[in-house]
Amino acid sequence: MAFFHDHILSIILFIPLVGIIPLFLIPGENKQAIRTWGNIVLFVDFLASLPLVFWFTSETPSQQFKFIEQHAWIPSIGAQFHLGIDGISFLLIMLTTVLGFIAVLSSWTAIQERVAEYYAMFMLLQVGMLGVFMSLDFFLFYVFWEVMLVPMYFIIGVWGGPRKLYAAIKFFLYTLTGSVLMLLGILTLYLNYTLPDGSHTFDLTELMKHAHSWPLQMQIWVFAAFAIGFAIKVPMFPFHTWLPDAHVEAPTAGSVILAGVLLKMGTYGFIRFSLPLLPDASSDARVVKVMVWLSLIAIVYGALVSLMQKDMKKLIAYSSVSHLGFCTLGIFALNPHGLQGSVIQQINHGISTGALFLIVGLIYERRHTREIKEFGGISNVMPVYATLFMIVMLSSIGLPLLNGFIGEFTILQGAYEANWRWAAIAVSGIVLGAAYMLWLYQRTMFGPCENPKNQILKDLSFREIMTLVPLILWAFWIGVYPKPFFDVLNKPVNAIVEQLNPNFFGAAQSSSVAPALPARPPITITLTNPAGGATR
Amino acid sequence: MASAFFNALDYQAIKPEILVTMFGLAVLLFDYLLDKRDKYLNAVLALIGLGFALLQFGIFWVKHFSTGGAAYLGFDGCFAFDSFAVVTKTIILLATAFVVLISMKYLEIEEANQGEYYALLLFAAVGMMFMVSGVDLIVLFVALEVMALCEYVLAGFLRKDRRSNEASVKFFLLGAFSSGLLLYGMSLLYGIGGSTKLNIIAERLRDRPATDPLSWIALITLLAGMYFKIAAVPFHQWTPDTYEGAPTSITAFISVAPKVASFGFIIRILFMGLGPLRVEWQALTIGVAIATMTLGNLAAITQDNIKRFFGYSAISHVGYLLLGLVAAADGDANGLRAIIIYLIVYAFMNLGAFGVIIMMRRKDIIGDEIDDLSGLMSRAPALALLMLVFLLSLAGIPPTAGFIAKYFIFLSLVETGHYYLAVLGVVYAVVALYYYFRIVVVMFMKKSLDEIPYASSLGLRVVLGVTVTVTLLIGIYPQPIIDIAREAIRPFSP
Repeated sequence: MAFFHDHILSIILFIPLVGIIPLFLIPGENKQAIRTWGNIVLFVDFLASLPLVFWFTSETPSQQFKFIEQHAWIPSIGAQFHLGIDGISFLLIMLTTVLGFIAVLSSWTAIQERVAEYYAMFMLLQVGMLGVFMSLDFFLFYVFWEVMLVPMYFIIGVWGGPRKLYAAIKFFLYTLTGSVLMLLGILTLYLNYTLPDGSHTFDLTELMKHAHSWPLQMQIWVFAAFAIGFAIKVPMFPFHTWLPDAHVEAPTAGSVILAGVLLKMGTYGFIRFSLPLLPDASSDARVVKVMVWLSLIAIVYGALVSLMQKDMKKLIAYSSVSHLGFCTLGIFALNPHGLQGSVIQQINHGISTGALFLIVGLIYERRHTREIKEFGGISNVMPVYATLFMIVMLSSIGLPLLNGFIGEFTILQGAYEANWRWAAIAVSGIVLGAAYMLWLYQRTMFGPCENPKNQILKDLSFREIMTLVPLILWAFWIGVYPKPFFDVLNKPVNAIVEQLNPNFFGAAQSSSVAPALPARPPITITLTNPAGGATR
Repeated sequence: MASAFFNALDYQAIKPEILVTMFGLAVLLFDYLLDKRDKYLNAVLALIGLGFALLQFGIFWVKHFSTGGAAYLGFDGCFAFDSFAVVTKTIILLATAFVVLISMKYLEIEEANQGEYYALLLFAAVGMMFMVSGVDLIVLFVALEVMALCEYVLAGFLRKDRRSNEASVKFFLLGAFSSGLLLYGMSLLYGIGGSTKLNIIAERLRDRPATDPLSWIALITLLAGMYFKIAAVPFHQWTPDTYEGAPTSITAFISVAPKVASFGFIIRILFMGLGPLRVEWQALTIGVAIATMTLGNLAAITQDNIKRFFGYSAISHVGYLLLGLVAAADGDANGLRAIIIYLIVYAFMNLGAFGVIIMMRRKDIIGDEIDDLSGLMSRAPALALLMLVFLLSLAGIPPTAGFIAKYFIFLSLVETGHYYLAVLGVVYAVVALYYYFRIVVVMFMKKSLDEIPYASSLGLRVVLGVTVTVTLLIGIYPQPIIDIAREAIRPFSP
């Protein structure tokens, strides 16, 4: 058990990688066995990540990162195999293992060709994503960040829709452009910090200590390099054009992972790397202005474009642009509320949008179309489906008692504290969000079911329901009792804010102790905030 | 030391070269004794020779690694036996051995299974080995010509194939022209230095003013000749045609081994002989590097013939190597180290890729179009995955060796403050990914064109196994290769 405890991150990380090997030993005709194995591996990976929940909340070591594993890897360039998590990465890792399993489960009937390769790609993808969230070494992080592109390329390119090749290579080239520029930023930081013995290091915790001594000019250049890499991944306006293409062409499970986890890597990058490593640039007024306005444009623009979409998947893709705009807005509010809200909203977006893509996937599997006008009155023939869709849709538009509300509200709170105008503009995104989602629901689910093709649709099977239930439960959990999530985030978020502005919590507090933000009673928020309720 | 003609140590130092030469001659003789169906024994003999030579370097490496193996200057100061020479010669010999292995089946299919082929390969290898060891203009030039002449013949080895003839003639005419330029530059250097020894030339150059037109002309003609050999733009025109027309195994050969040797040659001349002109040749090299990367990457996009495609891909890799040279000119140790790592990595990944391509030549199919790889994944999944690894590595995606190679190039550029070159380099890496993935698309997402089995053989499988293992190993655990490169550049550290 001690071994398991000390190496839990590696174990979670490498289970999918080891799981690939038997996949190719199973004869290709035996698709059922391959599917079972694929599901087992990712389910085991999810189970392996569960103890983290208990250990993470019960242990309170003094250092910022927990479950640290540190081994020499390439000593001559100062790269290590260095894993460790704090509250932010912990939540994202849980999201990854849950969504990873659900995505694979949802593809049981949808994928009929090249099954073994399909599951192998998902496992490889899982390794890449988990590695990104676990790495505390910049070199290692970069390797995982890039590794993940290849399986996603294949998932879109092999099992995707009619324009899959175009979408897949566009995804790959866009994100690669960002990440190679980021590499140059990483190298600049790496070369500008010399250890006492004259060598350099990629160790994040070491670099962070040094962050304030880099000149502002250099920080801004490096920030720009990072920002391009992360912004393309998020994606922030105007780098978002790859997203609708990738989403529309990707198979359902690909979309779920893409929206649920991959996009979070961009926002995570901002929080983990840009802010703590480049504190002066990140809090520079000009930089904040650019990032915030790009976020606000994304919020409004994404929502407006969503209103006009004819394709369900494309609608949800553009809604992602809008939702992720909230996340980046929260980050660049640069205060604890904004950051906490941003992380919570990232989780929310993973849950809600992941579920929405599953919902669209379910109907697509039945009708092989996603045109909104093809549907109508589906609630008459598929009542269970319609109910689940309703819950997910409401969680996405941020109805109180569901997860979306908590995240958006906290972000708006943070934005308001920074500048009330930002909050005022961002609120319009929520209104528009309610509009396009409700309109979508109305057009597809309500009304008479006139199309004969729709009249014979079968309702959801048990397996299909089970792909949605965990996400819905999670949505309710965050919506009703978000305190544990805020508790987990308190410490890392405060550490980041303090790194950005050592005087934020008042000069009296020493830097080593993370000041405990008064734990906010979340349910009372819903009661005491008339404005929040009024917008809905 | 004129009496040192029979200095035993000198001959110790060139023992590997002697061995390879002897085996090359033995192949020529042995060939007459063999029946037509036993011609593969030529290849075996060649491999044994290369193996013995490699063993010599292996022994040296075990004995002297970490002590750096004090450099030995033999033959009256014309021939350097140092760690740089050992490392580059090892790559050259390995590459030659791989080419011998992938040639066996291919020559059988082409019905060109003659002993001369292997003898020429070995002689070319001898030339290259002297190229990376020479510290004297005469040695360097003669070695270069030995290599080049063998290459001209090998490029035209398929006598009945017009494309092969064309390749050979083009290669020969342009190559002879560039050798002329090179020799002209060398004669000017001799005029300046009064000696053919690089270190003496360096001393004399140091005494001259930087604006001296004579050393400028010498530099420019010399660079033009050298950059022709590595196919840097604007001296690249021979590359696509020669790559396309030459036998595929020879395309593999000239895309790797002569590149290694020529870079060794260039590094020797630029750092040992033209050190005082660093600023000047750095400025010229920046221009050439930008042009090379631009043309190589952009032209590769539109190619349909896979050998031409790899010709342009090789040009773009040369562009990256030249960037390493630019950084090294600023006295950055990482620049030279990057070049060595890049050359090692490039040798393995490129030969691996050619190992897959050469299998497409089967029965009546020429197999040199990109479309010939269609549906590889459904027909031979292992082969397709191998090719994927090589292509990812060529594009520089981690965790493959190609990433480590590019990483060191970018590192050295950032370290020396060449930010704009670094940005250009990474942007072209994205372009490179685009064209390499054209092959991936064909392999994984298109239907197969025919059902004729691929031309596999034991030798090919060995090559593919070794190259893919090394490509992945370097990518995942690059420490040993970094150590080797550090040792290799020791002779150039001030």
